[in-house]
Amino acid sequence: MAQKKIGKQTFQFSSVPVVTSWASVVGPKEGQGPLGDKYDLVLTDSLAGEKTWEKAEQKMMQYSMELALEKQELLPKDLDLYLAGDLLNQIISANFTARFLNTPFLGLYGACSTLAQGLCVAGILLEGGFAEKIGVSASSHHDTAERQFRTPTELGDQRPMTAQWTVTGSASFLVERIGTGIMLTHATIGKINDLGVSNTQDLGSAMAPAALDTIKTHLEDLGRSEDDYDLIVTGDLGFLGSNILKELLQQNDISPKKINDCGIMVYSPSQDTHAGGSGCGCSAVVLAAHLIERLRKGLDQRILFVGTGALLSQISAFQGESIPCIAHAVVLEARGEVK
Amino acid sequence: MIKLQEEEIRQKIREREGLISRNVLLKEQEMTRQQEELQKEHQKVLYWEAQALGEERKKLADLRQEIERQQQRLTKPQQIAYQSIALKFVPPQTVVKNTIMAFLVGGLICLSGQIIKNLFSQGGLADKEASAATSALLIFLGAFFTGIGYYDKLGKVAGAGSIVPITGFANSIVSSGLESKKEGYIYGVGAHLFTIAGPVLAYGTMISILVGLIYYFAK
Repeated sequence: MAQKKIGKQTFQFSSVPVVTSWASVVGPKEGQGPLGDKYDLVLTDSLAGEKTWEKAEQKMMQYSMELALEKQELLPKDLDLYLAGDLLNQIISANFTARFLNTPFLGLYGACSTLAQGLCVAGILLEGGFAEKIGVSASSHHDTAERQFRTPTELGDQRPMTAQWTVTGSASFLVERIGTGIMLTHATIGKINDLGVSNTQDLGSAMAPAALDTIKTHLEDLGRSEDDYDLIVTGDLGFLGSNILKELLQQNDISPKKINDCGIMVYSPSQDTHAGGSGCGCSAVVLAAHLIERLRKGLDQRILFVGTGALLSQISAFQGESIPCIAHAVVLEARGEVK
Repeated sequence: MIKLQEEEIRQKIREREGLISRNVLLKEQEMTRQQEELQKEHQKVLYWEAQALGEERKKLADLRQEIERQQQRLTKPQQIAYQSIALKFVPPQTVVKNTIMAFLVGGLICLSGQIIKNLFSQGGLADKEASAATSALLIFLGAFFTGIGYYDKLGKVAGAGSIVPITGFANSIVSSGLESKKEGYIYGVGAHLFTIAGPVLAYGTMISILVGLIYYFAK
């Protein structure tokens, strides 16, 4: 029997790793959103002074890690490990950021669940005593994602109402074995859920069952109920996926009143994104700019952060495959004192 | 020894076939149990298959594929049940608005085409030349407004109204080219220029040849 595993899929971090620092960098559209003034850096254009969108995305990821380190007066060389991922083929944003940081690096791919995945892995490694300080980043960029997954950005096509808008943004987190900050107490590693949704313009419907599975398993594993959390927040289900999740939770006798979604929080309805935000950056920047700040200020005591990822590629989609989806959850707790 | 187990598996498959063909939504526990059974059987048969030779191998491959088909079919009722729930929450597409806007914008583009053609004709061009000049000008305008970043905004409102006319064709080529510029003129622009327009060109050409042949023989 694994000592630190509870129930089917949940890990307990008894040594309680701490998220000590965080920073977010976003594009102009996100800057105009409801959380606009909470981001550390809002870019004036989506190229960030670079020649290509890919370079801009990489810079956002790098900037967010640098800012998070600077807040703790640390340097990249102080990191024992860097964990990062993004949506692009071969996770190039993460690779080039790791090239800049010049620290031991493990690349992650969990599509939009990448940040939650990174926090899970960081927690495991810190609990295991393999590191003192770990950097975790995730990024996405609307234009690089459109290029890779959909159509040229200047193409005059219409997006369906179920489509979500990929967030241009990146956030980084510094997780330490000892320190002051937000406590990382549990992680629930998700399983792939695929209920046959194959519409790549409707990822909310595809991902909702994965979120349900992970939330339900998490609560069962720990013997907790939704009332033990101030907030259960999913990564990027959007309006549609979140509504479906609420219905599914009710069918499973779990009250949906604590549920919210980063894809809903990141844009205002007037920004015309259709079903809300998505992308690795979506949950990352909302967590860094808003949710974790609420924990720090003591407005929330304990939240369940559930990163949701649609693990498709254009090739699998064109070949008619349905969309395999995953959700990973981490429990974040405030220490109790108000700073 | 192996034979006996194989017969057992075939028996289980037959029993499960009854369950699957009834197309009922299984309880979560029962579903998990069946899926784990299938995994176990699949792994076993694959292991035998890897060791077997000739006819025996082929027979086991057939059995393995039978298990794979059951794995897929088993979750179908669950998928259908979920998708019918999900469908209830899908926001309605704005079909009426889209159709009206497509009609208006598409009509306006065509009207401006007619005006341009009339002007060319008045300017002294023959009918055929005026048509060609009009097409060229409309393609230029489509490309130009794509380049300065307006055509996608028009497309968001107009939909088919701005995709179907020749200006939309220009938009599809220029937008692909623009986006790939950073990968160079060979592997970027050259290779990607027709990613959107390519299928239109390929099948458009094919159909026109077919129609031409039919016309030739039917005449």
